[in-house]
Amino acid sequence: MKYKFKSRTVSSEITPQDIYHDRRRVVKSLMALPAAALLPTSAQAGTALAAAPHPDYSLEKRGYDGLTPKKKALSYNNFYELGTGKDDPEFNKDLYSPEPWTISIEGEVNKPRTFDIDQLRKLATMEERIYRLRCVEAWSMVVPWIGFSLSNLINAVEPTGNAKYINFLTFNPEELFPDDANRAIPWPYSEGLRMDEAMHPLTLLTFGIYGEQLPTQSGAPVRMIIPWKYGFKSGKALTKIIFTERKPHTSWNLLQPSEYGFYANVNPEVPHPRWSQSSEKALTSSLWVERRPTEKFNGFDEVASLYSGMDLNKLF
Amino acid sequence: MRRLSAQHVSRIKIVLFILLVLPSIVAATNILRGEVAEPADYITHITGEWTLRLLLLTLFIRPFVNISSWHWLIKLRRMIGLYVFYYAVLHFCAYLLLDLQLDFSTVLEDIIKRKYITLGFIALLLLLPLAITSNDALIKKLGSRRWGRLHQAIYFIVPLGITHYWLQIKGDEYAEPLTYSIITFLLLLMRYPPLAQKLRQR
Repeated sequence: MKYKFKSRTVSSEITPQDIYHDRRRVVKSLMALPAAALLPTSAQAGTALAAAPHPDYSLEKRGYDGLTPKKKALSYNNFYELGTGKDDPEFNKDLYSPEPWTISIEGEVNKPRTFDIDQLRKLATMEERIYRLRCVEAWSMVVPWIGFSLSNLINAVEPTGNAKYINFLTFNPEELFPDDANRAIPWPYSEGLRMDEAMHPLTLLTFGIYGEQLPTQSGAPVRMIIPWKYGFKSGKALTKIIFTERKPHTSWNLLQPSEYGFYANVNPEVPHPRWSQSSEKALTSSLWVERRPTEKFNGFDEVASLYSGMDLNKLF
Repeated sequence: MRRLSAQHVSRIKIVLFILLVLPSIVAATNILRGEVAEPADYITHITGEWTLRLLLLTLFIRPFVNISSWHWLIKLRRMIGLYVFYYAVLHFCAYLLLDLQLDFSTVLEDIIKRKYITLGFIALLLLLPLAITSNDALIKKLGSRRWGRLHQAIYFIVPLGITHYWLQIKGDEYAEPLTYSIITFLLLLMRYPPLAQKLRQR
């Protein structure tokens, strides 16, 4: 049996989940509003990260109705290293510290190197881009991301002629916080892209969100955002990028290949075996979620040419 | 505790009535306070869990009464059963209204094509006659024998509900469905005639 009785995983899994979740809500509600207003804001506000809005990725240009409220975007996350519940990542955000941080670039490159996170932040000019994030679970958020095109980093390390793919890895929780690590899926979380996808200007090496450095629950200090693919492709808290000749193994694809493909392009025509992908629940400022039709490539038609001649029903 | 006056039992019923409605009130309050990022997901999860928990609680009462001889507990079982139906209906409504927002073609597609939804839907349909017949008039009309036989449907409903849960876990999040399965197994084991008799004799 794979399930192991250990540490934090156990306490959260044995306690019925919604009681466990309510525990936090009870604590929150005990901190009555006036008291919460007196709390230092450092608990909520992160370090500012300045970036000029990219003219092509504004609400108006993208045709988005509005941003997802910051509070929702930072409290409803899939980041299994910090727990499998949607509010676990925010609750467990102190499990690791995103500073200091290094990220190593390896494999088929002429200039392999290890970046300190501060060096990496200075590699190119940061831009703010508003992209919709479409999760494979059929919900979406409209979020102002801050970062620069991954191509800046790729060009800096000079891939060799053999580099056909990149593979990017998240930290391994069993190394970073062994006593509190869960084993929801095999670590480290691994994702990858074909080189032309990685070089596409839309692919954003992301350092910030809502005008601040990424908070831990959003994948601090650096993550991918690949806006035309389901969210699970956009690996968080990256520690390593490996340039490879062969298609890398990716986490969800390895676990359930019938449900999660390598490409994972947003596609309303290809249902997940357990639910339809034709529409999505949009997390807006409304108390309720609003259903909206899902767009192919999440509305980023400019990437369609990357897949010409491919059967996207098979290569989902 | 073996014998309680009718007055005591009715007081316990009032307390239980309030306790069992609380999870839904707390959930509604959290949503209306804007604490919940994705209410469809949140309500579906909470109501699904409470449906299963209360189902198991109804199964627990008979063997516990056999052991403890607290026969008055049987009088609480109907209310718990009706709360099972209450949470199951809320669960389905959250799916229908909040999640799929009355997109009936997808609902139909889900019920036909997606096994876990098929099973959950069958379980809900099986709960319906049990809820309808859970009142004095219909118990009398059916006669306790036929009523009892009808309500044995619960032995189908519980495994359907738990399988419905098993089929939607991701990664290895199986601690909760596993817990429910083990408890069910134990509660069924306690009904195994030789064991049930032994427990009763104590």
